[in-house]
Amino acid sequence: MEEKALEVYDVIRSIRDPEKPNTLEELDVVTEKCVEVRELGEDEYLIVIKFSPTVPHCSLATLIGLCLQVKLQRCLPFKHKLEIYISEGTHSTEEDINKQINDKERVAAAMENPNLREIVEQCVIEPDD
Amino acid sequence: MKEGLALVQRLNAHPDSRCWFVSWSPTGTLLASCGGDKAIRIWGREGDSWICKSVLQDGHQRTVRKVAWSPCGNYLASASFDATTCIWKKKNDGFESLTVLEGHENEVKCVAWAPSGNLLATCSRDKSVWVWEVDEEDEYECVTVVNSHTQDVKHIVWHPTQELLASASYDNNVCIYKEEDDDWECRATLQGHTSTVWSLAFDANGQRLASCSDDRTVKIWKEFPSEGGQGDLSWKCVCTLSGYHGRTVYDVSWCRLTGALATACGDDAVRVFKEDETADPAQPVFSLSAQVKAHSQDVNCVAWNPKEAGLLAACSDDGEITIWRFQEED
Repeated sequence: MEEKALEVYDVIRSIRDPEKPNTLEELDVVTEKCVEVRELGEDEYLIVIKFSPTVPHCSLATLIGLCLQVKLQRCLPFKHKLEIYISEGTHSTEEDINKQINDKERVAAAMENPNLREIVEQCVIEPDD
Repeated sequence: MKEGLALVQRLNAHPDSRCWFVSWSPTGTLLASCGGDKAIRIWGREGDSWICKSVLQDGHQRTVRKVAWSPCGNYLASASFDATTCIWKKKNDGFESLTVLEGHENEVKCVAWAPSGNLLATCSRDKSVWVWEVDEEDEYECVTVVNSHTQDVKHIVWHPTQELLASASYDNNVCIYKEEDDDWECRATLQGHTSTVWSLAFDANGQRLASCSDDRTVKIWKEFPSEGGQGDLSWKCVCTLSGYHGRTVYDVSWCRLTGALATACGDDAVRVFKEDETADPAQPVFSLSAQVKAHSQDVNCVAWNPKEAGLLAACSDDGEITIWRFQEED
């Protein structure tokens, strides 16, 4: 399970913050401990991520949530179900943000918005190395 | 014969994309599907297999979320994330775009034809429900915009026999609308779900309504004679199916022929529930009759064939459509 959690963390640590020139790892928005993996069944895992946005700004938190959703959907090689939450106590409208981030219809529609899509793509692009 | 779901066919319907919705034509001979590839596909039977009869492309600029057949079967309506609803008319072996309905501020989540064929309803993330009137010259006009929900409206369905509309929302409620003096109004708000309500289905005679939710339950609601006279309708939750679904229940379909209830779930499974015939109709009891891991990803939609008992279609984020036969115990 720890191995799987590390695999997940490796995907999200390098996501760029939408506003600052740093990665989510550098800003402590995500940490190794914030990823929890549970076995769901045969070769399928439930991934629960609790991230801590740096500022209590609603749209920024949902944007980070969106980046996490998109990159994991694209990059995780094993079968999984995903739940992404803001870690408790970091935001006043936590429930609202969590609901939006985990609504896959809202996520899909957001990614069809050219402006939002562009921002997300810039955040999830793999660093050249 | 053992009771259960047997796979009839698996179709790679919307390759490299997700299939959001499937809908049977009124005669049950055609199946329309739509998805993230912005296309609508029409499927028909050839011998024992289902094949793609036509592809409706270029009607929308974004995901096509739902499609609905008119009661006469000659028209198709499609609801899209591009904020429009397209009306297609049957022509030769395909469909041709007749008109595009605009007005919603953002994604249209659902479209549905009233049984009369003269009215159409749409709903959107803009929190509104629009009712449109169609005249003999195929002209569409919006007659009401209702704002009863406080959030994204996910689904709408018409009552099978009365001019009554029901809507499901991200605000966790279900609203029931009736026409009063040329205006559509919300006459009842059904509260009970603890998260987004994704879909609705009336039973054959419209006396009961099933709703399914992100709270992983399915609720059955029944209309009761209103306390305190005319006006408002009184709907109560008479049954809650909980503990069966591992994740969000995205769709529910109530078979008009057999009364069986089918669900589409985010745990990749399709489930069929049957009603216990001995139970009190005011306190129905449903038991799980069959369950199958239908797809490799979330199942988004499930639909009973309106003419062929036991035939069920489902579709998924994996881009596939599956067709099943529900076999009852002999």
